[in-house]
Amino acid sequence: MNLPPDLEQIRKSVWEDARNYGLDFYDTIFELLDYDQLNEVASYLGFPTRYPHWRFGMEYEKLAKGYTYGLSKIYELVINNDPCYAYLMKNNSVTDQKLVIAHVYGHCDFFKNNLWFSHTNRKMIDQMANHATRIRRYVDRFGFEVVEEFLDSVLSLENLIDQHSPYIKRREKKSTDESVPGDRVTVPKLRSKEYMDEYINPSEFLERQRKRIEEDRKRKRRTPASPEKDILLFLIENAPLEDWQQDVLAIVRSESYYFAPQGMTKIMNEGWASYWHSKIMTEKQLSDAELIDYADHHSGTLGTRPGVINPYKLGLELFRDIEDRWNKGKFGKEYEECTDVEVKRVWDRALGQGRDKIFEVRKIYNDVSFIDTFLTREFCEQHRLFNYGYDPSSGHYVILDRDYQKVKDKLLFQLTNLGDPFIYVVDSNYENRGELYLYHRHDGIDLRLDYARDVLVNLQKVWSRPVNLETLVEGTRRLLSFDGQEQKERELEESLQLQF
Amino acid sequence: MVLNIERDQNRFKQIVRGAIRRNLKRYITRGEFIGRRGKDYVSIPVPQIELPTFRYDPRSVGGVGQGEGESGTPIGAAPGEGDGSGAGNMPGEHILEVDVQLSDLAKILGEELELPRIEPRGRKNIIQEENRYVGINRVGPDSLRHFKRTYKQALKRQIISGSYSPEQPMIVPIRDDLRYRARKKVPGPTANAVIVYMMDVSGSMEDEQKEIVRIESFWIDTWLRSQYRGIESRYIVHDTDAKEVDEETFYHLRESGGTRISSAYQLAASLIERHYPTEDWNIYLFHFSDGDNLSDGDDESCVDLITTRVLPRVNLFCYGQVEGRYGSGKFLDMLADRFEGIDRVSLSRIEGREHIFNSIKTFLGKGR
Repeated sequence: MNLPPDLEQIRKSVWEDARNYGLDFYDTIFELLDYDQLNEVASYLGFPTRYPHWRFGMEYEKLAKGYTYGLSKIYELVINNDPCYAYLMKNNSVTDQKLVIAHVYGHCDFFKNNLWFSHTNRKMIDQMANHATRIRRYVDRFGFEVVEEFLDSVLSLENLIDQHSPYIKRREKKSTDESVPGDRVTVPKLRSKEYMDEYINPSEFLERQRKRIEEDRKRKRRTPASPEKDILLFLIENAPLEDWQQDVLAIVRSESYYFAPQGMTKIMNEGWASYWHSKIMTEKQLSDAELIDYADHHSGTLGTRPGVINPYKLGLELFRDIEDRWNKGKFGKEYEECTDVEVKRVWDRALGQGRDKIFEVRKIYNDVSFIDTFLTREFCEQHRLFNYGYDPSSGHYVILDRDYQKVKDKLLFQLTNLGDPFIYVVDSNYENRGELYLYHRHDGIDLRLDYARDVLVNLQKVWSRPVNLETLVEGTRRLLSFDGQEQKERELEESLQLQF
Repeated sequence: MVLNIERDQNRFKQIVRGAIRRNLKRYITRGEFIGRRGKDYVSIPVPQIELPTFRYDPRSVGGVGQGEGESGTPIGAAPGEGDGSGAGNMPGEHILEVDVQLSDLAKILGEELELPRIEPRGRKNIIQEENRYVGINRVGPDSLRHFKRTYKQALKRQIISGSYSPEQPMIVPIRDDLRYRARKKVPGPTANAVIVYMMDVSGSMEDEQKEIVRIESFWIDTWLRSQYRGIESRYIVHDTDAKEVDEETFYHLRESGGTRISSAYQLAASLIERHYPTEDWNIYLFHFSDGDNLSDGDDESCVDLITTRVLPRVNLFCYGQVEGRYGSGKFLDMLADRFEGIDRVSLSRIEGREHIFNSIKTFLGKGR
């Protein structure tokens, strides 16, 4: 550990408190960095050794500018790894460091225990360095610009993964349908007496069944057999790539999967860490002299601006709300069905299950299920949540309403699939010409078309043959295509029959 | 720790420069970032830098916020829109705002337009001494008293002498404690080039024409600033009479009435004679007008003024004729006729925004 003795002492004491509260984490290695180094590490998303790419430089410019103008300041960075790594800002005050160390242990506990992190690589620091070495080797072999151009294309596809796939088995088992292609389709009929047959199995019903079976067979001959969300994997397996290109794709994909759980648990993770820093500070660590500094920093972290949900604030308040409700027994059928507001308000069954409950929540929930389960009407009103939207007439974002259900729906929408649209690859031999066909499962919001068209350009570089994307634009079904030369767009008569 | 941020940052800057270069022509016609100029930086919206991904339009998603407010209350920009990303539904319209040093921008401009470097006229730069208040002195006027240092000094003295008590922390400075800011003479570069901008603001000059002048002046300014260590700008507007104004007024003033170009040349000439001796200064004159001069007689006085009082003193005299709806005057043709083959005179016809690019090249392409 390379902390100076005074900080090391603080760390030990915070560590003990955290342990006593029941937090459980890997060893955590702290390093002190000045603001510039911290901005550098942050630009690399916490990993000092990453492959060369200008977007990290772009990120750095942004952070450095924000810091210079006093708009943003990073206090710490924690890396999900075993051991955990935590970077602290050197010129933080001692009070700040205390708070930050407590906060860090909260994150470390979350990384180790939350289910959604169970599949992440705990040796990612080594893995990242390994990735960087591989990419640097390709740069040496094939030239900087060649590798960079390919990376640019691939990075614009980096969110096309299926972040739930590590936890389930997606791929179908081998087909049991042993019919030879070209066999006549026999439609199974429902059992009926002969004179009833035309009522029980009307011809239009049989026709529909026959179509469905044929469609099914056709589908099975398609690659992929059913829509696949892990487009990066699909490309690795099916795109005509050189070995090194395949490897670059695999690297980008593996890093995407590593970071995905952090996106899926942002509110919980920050809420949990804030819960524990406030607990440890206010109950154990604070001296009288530090109170003002602590309060200042804490309220700065939890401050809200009108247009933004602060994940620290929302997460912390939700955890506290859950703890309170489970302490008092404010849950379950009896409580839910109670209609007397006053009775509900003072409800207290003295259950004392709050602490156990929040530990359970931090183990098995992610942001979507967390918000879905625990964001109550009362919470929404108490914390003045609102739903906002763009008002084209004024050019501003304006508050739309405070309707509980709408607020919750909007919040869930923004968290689902990390706030990105659902895109699937459905056919790799479209029109029998080896064209790639992507399908956007429309959830009520259109894609940003300028971005979408540019992604197609990048995708085409990887796929080599023309690429297509089916989506809805203002209610009409359209197919965007790029063949390597020009962008095309046309209306579609009918959509593919897909089974998700 | 291995960090390579410098490498990645440089690569990023290189990419930005490349993008600016590719889009320079468009920037020049639009002049959209003139208003975003700081002292040394200009903030430029650069398209197609950000890596595109499949995503929703933030405007149609909206979001959830926290705080007070009725429905309909505006809440400012939404997260992620802070970078001023303009909406655009054309391919490649997504935009990233980048700060670029003005000197870098000038370099790009120079390279794209193939502008020759200017060889300043054979004089030394004028070095002028400048006062900077960086030191501390024990004597000085009260207006320069350094409160913090004085206080510190008094506090120190009281602690040492034992007259300070934490219960009653009263600090009384005595004469000896007083500290003053002291100035130091710092030699600094000073302006050795002056640009005199002249514009016709008569009734026939429309807003669009003035906008063209504004855009062109910005680029001329940027380029010349990169060539000299310090530069001064003067602004003259004229209709039938000329007067000197500040930059703001120059671009926004709208007069009506006729045009007597000689009035401007007269004023410019006397300005130069009075303030900018030829041996010390590189002098540039730019005049923009729609070319509709009052009379042939006045044309003659213009020619006369240019020949006798302007040309002997300036590095460059440029006249840009901004064509408008009402057609254009014949002033340009007249000048072209009279000053054919004279290196110090540069003339260009600006028929619209798309001609600004070439006009700049004409003006500055002489390397004077």
